[in-house]
Amino acid sequence: MSDDPNAFQTALALILGRDPDLIGIVTLSLQVSLSAVLIAALIALPLGAALALWRFPGRGALIVMLNALMGLPPVVAGLAVYLLLSRAGPLGEFGLLFTPGAMVIAQVILVLPIIAALTRQQVEELHGDYREQLASLGVSRARRIPTLLWDARFGLTTVMLAGFGRASAEVGAVMIVGGNIDGVTRVMTTAIVLETSKGNLPLALGLGMVLLALVALVNAAAHLVGETAQRRLG
Amino acid sequence: MKTTGLTLAAIGLTGFTLGVSARDQAPFITLASTTSTEASGLFDAIIPPFTETTGIEVRVVAVGTGQAFEIARRGDADSLLVHDTVGEERFVEGGYGSERADVMVNDFVLIGPGGDPAGISEAESVAEAMQLIAEAEAPFASRGDDSGTHRAELRLWQAAGVEPEGEWYRELGSGMGPTLNTAAGMDAYVMADRATWVAFENPQDLELLFEGDEALFNPYGSVLIDPERHPHLKHDLAAQWHAWLLSDEGQAAIADFEVKGQQLFFPNARPD
Repeated sequence: MSDDPNAFQTALALILGRDPDLIGIVTLSLQVSLSAVLIAALIALPLGAALALWRFPGRGALIVMLNALMGLPPVVAGLAVYLLLSRAGPLGEFGLLFTPGAMVIAQVILVLPIIAALTRQQVEELHGDYREQLASLGVSRARRIPTLLWDARFGLTTVMLAGFGRASAEVGAVMIVGGNIDGVTRVMTTAIVLETSKGNLPLALGLGMVLLALVALVNAAAHLVGETAQRRLG
Repeated sequence: MKTTGLTLAAIGLTGFTLGVSARDQAPFITLASTTSTEASGLFDAIIPPFTETTGIEVRVVAVGTGQAFEIARRGDADSLLVHDTVGEERFVEGGYGSERADVMVNDFVLIGPGGDPAGISEAESVAEAMQLIAEAEAPFASRGDDSGTHRAELRLWQAAGVEPEGEWYRELGSGMGPTLNTAAGMDAYVMADRATWVAFENPQDLELLFEGDEALFNPYGSVLIDPERHPHLKHDLAAQWHAWLLSDEGQAAIADFEVKGQQLFFPNARPD
């Protein structure tokens, strides 16, 4: 591919040039996707753990549904959020459409099933090992949730990173609910789509490399924190 | 506690994120417009002088004309700038729009592989050019997305007396840029607006083969949304944008916009 060195140079120039537009786009991408992952985690971690601990009718169906929702097409999530937030929709009066807030909401919907489903699986395995011990100590199920989540924290970091990967990579949802407005809702993925449509392929690919580097950086940071914590705990 | 820290972090971040929109104190309007105006760079040239004059920011949501109408119909945009005169008039007659005015024109051009297998560069009219493509059954990439360009293309086929169907006619369902990218990849003929074509950076073997017929005229109109149907919209600010587009200053800004030394949009507002 003759575009390769060109795109690579473009990516380097983008990073070294510290273009203020690019910095704005990168910052917004991180803000939106990290917020979405944190909000989704707050709901999904306890939800996944609860699903691992309690047995109730319809539990199997709920787990299957959660697993299936991991494959929810971003464009469908975007369309649903668009219809909700549109002025003609039920939540229209908040005026959230075409704002970063709308993009966070759409990404929460995409990330939540991933974190909940994978947490359920991890906690269930862990609980299998600890069940008797916890039962003999007379720890109630509700009290077991924070203990188990804390014990599974290293595995759950990877789960959250999977959620972050999904959020930062998707374009279908943020394009519809954000509108790709210059300086307001333009993020890395929608900027890549725009440059591709202009036929500016080296710049589009260059932006793609910057996005990849960014995701790698977030992953490296999480890895480092995990390593340090693990070493300190021995 | 870990959970508390997480909660605080999430709340902080969300506030920060949501604050991005609230932090901007400047008044703004949301404009639903077409990909051709955005991709060509026109808005980067004409919005800054408008903002400087009025202090109003314009947030552009660039989509196909069909989607732009739908966004406006639902009350999600304060104003429209599109290129489908028939659709714009229907929008106003249907009670969704309160006012429509001509702003500018550019034109459509026929693009195709450099070898021109259907020989359209010799055609006398656009109707003949389209008949030649159909007769040669040369691959033709159609937008197929209910955009202003797609609607114009369908009207041209009709005027040429050709039923566009068969394996050679490929409906892509994409914006102008992606359609050009695909056409370049499969050496297909394609109808494009001149602005997107001139600004397009990935032509490969594609060349401009036919231009200049009056039937290829592509007028843009500005439409204001009906205040009674959607009272929450920023009608005052939108009216200022509408008036500025039609003013001498706005019209001059449109005429001054050039890509690669070419003027792409020709102002044609009619003074009252």
